[in-house]
Amino acid sequence: MNAYPSWKYLLIVVVILVGLVYSLPNLFPEDPVVQIAHSVTDEVDEDTRMQIRAILEGRGVDIKAEEFDGSQMMLRFDSTDDQMRAADILRTALPDQHSVGLNLAPATPNWLRAINARPMSLGLDLRGGVHFLMEVDMDAVGDNVAERYTSEFRTVLRDERIRYLAVERDGSSVEVRFEDQASRDEARDLLRREYRGDLDFSTRQSGDTHILTANISSDQLDAQRRLALQQNITTLRNRVDELGVAEPVIQQQGENRIVVQLPGVQDTARAKEILGATATLEFRLVDEANDPFEAERTGRVPANSRLYYERDGNPVLLQRRVMLTGDFINDASSGIAQDTGGAAVFINLDGQGARIFSRVTGENIGRLMGVVFIETTTETVEEDGEMVRQTTRSEEVINVARIQDQLGRRFQITGLDSTREARNLALLLRAGALAAPMSIVEERTVGPSLGQDNIERGFNSVIIGFALVLVFMALYYRAFGLVANVALTLNLVLIVAILSMLQATLTLPGIAGIVLTVGMAVDANVLIFERIREEIRNGNSPQASIQAGYARALSTIADANITTLIAAVVLFMFGTGPIKGFAITLSIGILVSMFTALMVTRAIINLTYGRQRRLKTLSI
Amino acid sequence: MMKLNFANANIDFLGQRRIALSVSAVLLVASILLLVFRGLNFGIDFTGGTLIEVGYPEPVELEEIRDQLEMGGFDRATVQNFGTSRDVLIRLAPREGEESAELSEEVLQVLRSGGPEGVDLRRVEFVGPQVGDELREQGGLAMLYALFGILIYVALRFEWRFSLGSVAALVHDVTITLGIFSLFWLEFDLSVLAAILAVIGYSLNDTIVVYDRIRENFRRLRKDAVEKVMNKSVNQILSRTIITSFTTLLVLFCLFLLGGAVIQNFALALIIGVLVGTYSSIYVAAALALVLGVDRTVMLPVKKEGEELEEQP
Repeated sequence: MNAYPSWKYLLIVVVILVGLVYSLPNLFPEDPVVQIAHSVTDEVDEDTRMQIRAILEGRGVDIKAEEFDGSQMMLRFDSTDDQMRAADILRTALPDQHSVGLNLAPATPNWLRAINARPMSLGLDLRGGVHFLMEVDMDAVGDNVAERYTSEFRTVLRDERIRYLAVERDGSSVEVRFEDQASRDEARDLLRREYRGDLDFSTRQSGDTHILTANISSDQLDAQRRLALQQNITTLRNRVDELGVAEPVIQQQGENRIVVQLPGVQDTARAKEILGATATLEFRLVDEANDPFEAERTGRVPANSRLYYERDGNPVLLQRRVMLTGDFINDASSGIAQDTGGAAVFINLDGQGARIFSRVTGENIGRLMGVVFIETTTETVEEDGEMVRQTTRSEEVINVARIQDQLGRRFQITGLDSTREARNLALLLRAGALAAPMSIVEERTVGPSLGQDNIERGFNSVIIGFALVLVFMALYYRAFGLVANVALTLNLVLIVAILSMLQATLTLPGIAGIVLTVGMAVDANVLIFERIREEIRNGNSPQASIQAGYARALSTIADANITTLIAAVVLFMFGTGPIKGFAITLSIGILVSMFTALMVTRAIINLTYGRQRRLKTLSI
Repeated sequence: MMKLNFANANIDFLGQRRIALSVSAVLLVASILLLVFRGLNFGIDFTGGTLIEVGYPEPVELEEIRDQLEMGGFDRATVQNFGTSRDVLIRLAPREGEESAELSEEVLQVLRSGGPEGVDLRRVEFVGPQVGDELREQGGLAMLYALFGILIYVALRFEWRFSLGSVAALVHDVTITLGIFSLFWLEFDLSVLAAILAVIGYSLNDTIVVYDRIRENFRRLRKDAVEKVMNKSVNQILSRTIITSFTTLLVLFCLFLLGGAVIQNFALALIIGVLVGTYSSIYVAAALALVLGVDRTVMLPVKKEGEELEEQP
């Protein structure tokens, strides 16, 4: 009488099997691992691997397992303490060319990994770590761009021997003043050719001076802002890589914000220092005609030069004129110079940078060029009751090398002490250029002990609450209660399976969402069972009561769940971070509970009672 | 056999609608007054500021930590226990012009430099004031949009008087829950906002179940008076209402008691919301629909999929 077509049973069985398989990886914990790679040969050789094993064994660090994929070596450890110790030991013990990274690797069996079954990732509140929300100073982007044009204009006009009175930045536009109209028009035509499309030029006259104004077009400014944000994200990513953090999250949020999440990082001071600094590069010619030590001693610096210091503290005189700024660097990598065999950094410039650089270096072959690393940190402090942005700027010469050839899009910087230095320089060049200053507007740090605590308490409360509900249902609805319990358990399994498939991040509110869903999933079963009881009281036969109970409860359950789903979707759309997590689990929970409460329980009841024509009573 | 016997319950719920609506109105006005004049104890998620949770191996005297912080120059810090006497929560209000995230480092330095031994950093939250403002705005907006979406859906599925009744019940539940948070000066943070939004979902769920039965009975019991039909409907589903609320509360109390201090307020908001929400489904949502003049004729023109199901035995 009460029977499902066989495809429905089949569907249910398939869903249950898939759910079980995909929730399975969560039973295997993640191993803390240390990854060792060789940056030059791209392969950690057998000798090194033996050496690593010997070093760690000698220092009493137990390796749980070891993997080698042909290039990288991965060591699994029992605890993060062991992992950290091993990483510290290896960083100092291994030769330069090796990089040592920390990570977490799921201990999922291969057959599960093969079908892409992976465990849920845990949020910062459960695992411990740092969350930063950084705001990019967009006003500074316009200023920076204008500033760049200002110095470029000077260079271009001087090179073309066009006489000008002054080049000045005014907000996000650049004003060039000339004595006569002819120079102004010549300059206008020249600059127009050079910066086609990026700038709008206009001219006016004020008294005796002829003024040329270059405005950055609003499209160009928007593009620059987007670019700045993207570049900052890339920069942050590179810097985070330098910190050696496992599974960092670096994402854009809104138009001018960036979220950075660093699981497991405890040293927030260092993290802030590295993330918050703005850095860029400048290439300048060395003033070889004057003695920097003399200038340092007397304090008299030649008019066209500035006194800089190298990292070792030696003074160096560089020309005031900037050959190129770091804004034009596309990419940088470290390696071995082909001619000398020494360490080198390979730099890639973008198109415009390449044009400028090839011109200025072509004119200066054989001269020394200095690379200046400029770091700016912005901090807001209180001064006389007012908010003041205080900017600290440090400039140092990281490298001085002779220009051997006309340099184009791709060139190398040699004369570095070691491959390590080359690697660091490449990293600074790649990671160094934050396009605009940023400030931290939100920070959340969760210590590992609290993370562990949260997990334990969260899971415990879920399990106990769940168990109490199961006991109550079994007592109250007897056989039907047991059926509902199967559905509830399956509900939990399926939620975990779907969250794993989506690779969603489980947070504390997410756990709360699951708990709430469990509480509410009961409702659908209660509605159905109460309805069946009612039908029986009205004198209907058990089979008819089952039929009617499910049918009548359907529209109620659908209406109730859809309205809750609306609330969950709104939460998802407007919420951030933890609220989103809660909304996702709630939505999944609602959908899954409809399936389990309606289809799964019905299937079990059909199989149990469906064929008994003479059924007199129901255990409900 | 364990069974709550409400099968023959015949409580005159809607007869008490005047009393119930007056009680609700008083509570609502009281809550609004509280919210206007006392306000909410917004957490740093909304106000901005710095929050630092530290743990000690042994129970500590808060006075000692306060003194220590004062000596370190943090005289505006509020210090309180969090969960246990070994865990301490330190709050620094945002100061005009001070949004430096370095603050937490300095506080930790001060705590490490003296006072009780073995301080362990458990959590730091720093929220810039502008982020807090945005969140408050977004939270309010999210709530408004949710209510609006629900208003439309219920109006489509039922009728405008029901729709109005359900939204009134939701506003009632949210306001009273907020009022209780204001009265007891409980901290209102991001997780409580999530809980309030979940309360909207839950209370609505409950209201829809009541409405659904009323609609069904309007079609079946054509001879009875409107009030009688509605009363009968509420009585018919009374056992479901009680059992569902009971199981949900069971889980919520587990969260409240065992889930740890971080989600205690979350669970509390939900507990209050579930209790108020269950009450309001009957005494606000149904009663208001009745007061607004719902009768069976408004249900008839709507052709629904529920109808054909009812034809079956």
